[in-house]
Amino acid sequence: MDEVVRLSDVVKIYTMGEERVEAMKGVSFTVQRGEFVSIMGASGSGKSTCMNILGCLDVPTRGSYFLDGVDVGKLSADALAEVRNKKLGFVFQGFNLLARTTARQNVELPLVYAQIPASERRARALEALERVGLAGREGHYSNQLSGGQQQRVAIARALVNRPSIILADEPTGNLDSRTTVEIMSIFQELNRQGITIIMVTHEPDVAEFTSRHIIFRDGLVISDQPFQAKNAALPAEVPKA
Amino acid sequence: MTTLYQSLLIALRALRVNKMRALLTMLGIIIGIAAVIAMVAIGSGASKMISDQISSIGSNLLLVLPGSVTSGGMRSGSGGTQTLTYDDARAIKAECPSVAAVAPNVRGSGQVVYGNQNWSTVVYGVTPDMVDVRDWTIVAGRNITQSDVDGATKNCLIGQTVADNLFGGTDPVSKIIRIKKIPFTVVGVLGRKGQSPQGQDQDDVIYVPLRTAQRKLLGSQFPNVVGSIMVQAKSAEVLDKAEDEVTALLNQRHRIGPNREIDYSIRNLSELLAVTEQSSKVMSILLGAVASISLVVGGIGIMNIMLVSVTERTREIGIRIAIGAKKRDILLQFLTEAVLLTTCGGLIGMLLGVAGAKLVASFIGWPTLISVNTIIIAFAFSAGVGVFFGFYPARKAASLNPIDALRYE
Repeated sequence: MDEVVRLSDVVKIYTMGEERVEAMKGVSFTVQRGEFVSIMGASGSGKSTCMNILGCLDVPTRGSYFLDGVDVGKLSADALAEVRNKKLGFVFQGFNLLARTTARQNVELPLVYAQIPASERRARALEALERVGLAGREGHYSNQLSGGQQQRVAIARALVNRPSIILADEPTGNLDSRTTVEIMSIFQELNRQGITIIMVTHEPDVAEFTSRHIIFRDGLVISDQPFQAKNAALPAEVPKA
Repeated sequence: MTTLYQSLLIALRALRVNKMRALLTMLGIIIGIAAVIAMVAIGSGASKMISDQISSIGSNLLLVLPGSVTSGGMRSGSGGTQTLTYDDARAIKAECPSVAAVAPNVRGSGQVVYGNQNWSTVVYGVTPDMVDVRDWTIVAGRNITQSDVDGATKNCLIGQTVADNLFGGTDPVSKIIRIKKIPFTVVGVLGRKGQSPQGQDQDDVIYVPLRTAQRKLLGSQFPNVVGSIMVQAKSAEVLDKAEDEVTALLNQRHRIGPNREIDYSIRNLSELLAVTEQSSKVMSILLGAVASISLVVGGIGIMNIMLVSVTERTREIGIRIAIGAKKRDILLQFLTEAVLLTTCGGLIGMLLGVAGAKLVASFIGWPTLISVNTIIIAFAFSAGVGVFFGFYPARKAASLNPIDALRYE
């Protein structure tokens, strides 16, 4: 197994006016290719900050973050944008699809910024939508889709650039329990196909579908253990690999 | 970095979503550009009309008029005496190298009769040069000749107004008319000139040979005297030189010295043209400036709406940044949107401006002049307004922090 993520002694300090908030106080862990990791912790534990750093939306105050062997802490803003575009896929709690835009156009968005030609964009977007079980829905607008379907479009968008990792921030936070299982089964399937997934959640029963639990408290990792993942029942429309 | 084409597509989509708002935002630019185009068209039309009228007098002209003389302590007004002679005119033509043509003339008025028609008009005694100096065309027949002048023949040229009133539609050439009861043969008809800058009908005129006018028609007590001399310089560049030459010559001929005051005056007609052009240019600039103010106001409207739009779409911007848009991409996207708004507004404004100018032209009867330059400049200006007023909101969008932007509700 090769290493995708290496955090070494990462410290993140925010200054809000007079106040200095130490959101991460020296966090170190590595993630191997093909892992399905969940990061848990109460709010304020530093897990969201960690996610922002893993997602190259923010850089560590101290310490280093190697993504695919590259020290991203030393990259320029434009280079970070490129890393986000090429190596990372994001899935958010609020889906964050563009309004008044079709499913396919949403999925194509990362490819637009990667300057992929239109015909290839289209083909890859349709393929990604098929992987999340939304074949035939590519012409639907975001507001014509249910929450679960919107989140699947978001997953397809995260997949479409063939990233090294998918980062999911509370991906089931806005979904009911049945849809939650549906989404988790998609993640599990993608993980079986070899995609590395790191997911932030505060719900233990969602974390049960992952194979490693990292628990944060007060800006530190207090527990990091492998876990026997529970298998999410596969909904019929998700094709197997 | 996305291509301009992609940004254009995104911008078009964004504007389609908010059609009404886009239209209202554009309205400022539409009004601004329409106003600029209409105002400049009307202004330059008016100034062209004025300069056309002035140049219809003739180009590169000096007008030599008799001056005032003092007799017994009483000064007469300018032109009040008869100090210029036909010999002065001939001397100017012969001795001033910068002078192309000289047209001495005397002026009178009289009743003209042909058949059962009669008409009161202005009669000038002129030399053949008059036609060149005043840029007349001869639309029928011929000019009067030097031998007409020397022989004091009873031939004449008539203007269009005279021809219309005496002859109606028939050909006046070779017909005999009576000017102050003296029969004259019409040898030629002058082309139409229209109004002078002072509003006089320049076509209401009859030209007879100078000698004929002096001896037979006007009955002056000084038969050699002329009312004024029009001098045409060889070019606009030597006009001042010609003025100096004429001044020197006349000073010498009239023995102007310490004991004798100048008894003539010279008016430079191109100065009149310059002054008038200057004033109409000032008018154009003024109209343009007023119109540009509305363009600036329109630009501020664009900036305002773009700022609102950036705030509204904070989340969208966050998503775009998160999935790999660079600062430049976001900047370009919002800048494109602003420029698209202003150029669309500019195009519509242009059409309205042209239509407005035509409307003014047809209703008020003012001439309008729409130049391609104005349109290009107006269009470039509307795009410039988009860049200028779109830049700040676009930069604001591009510098959003993606973490905050994604959390924005």
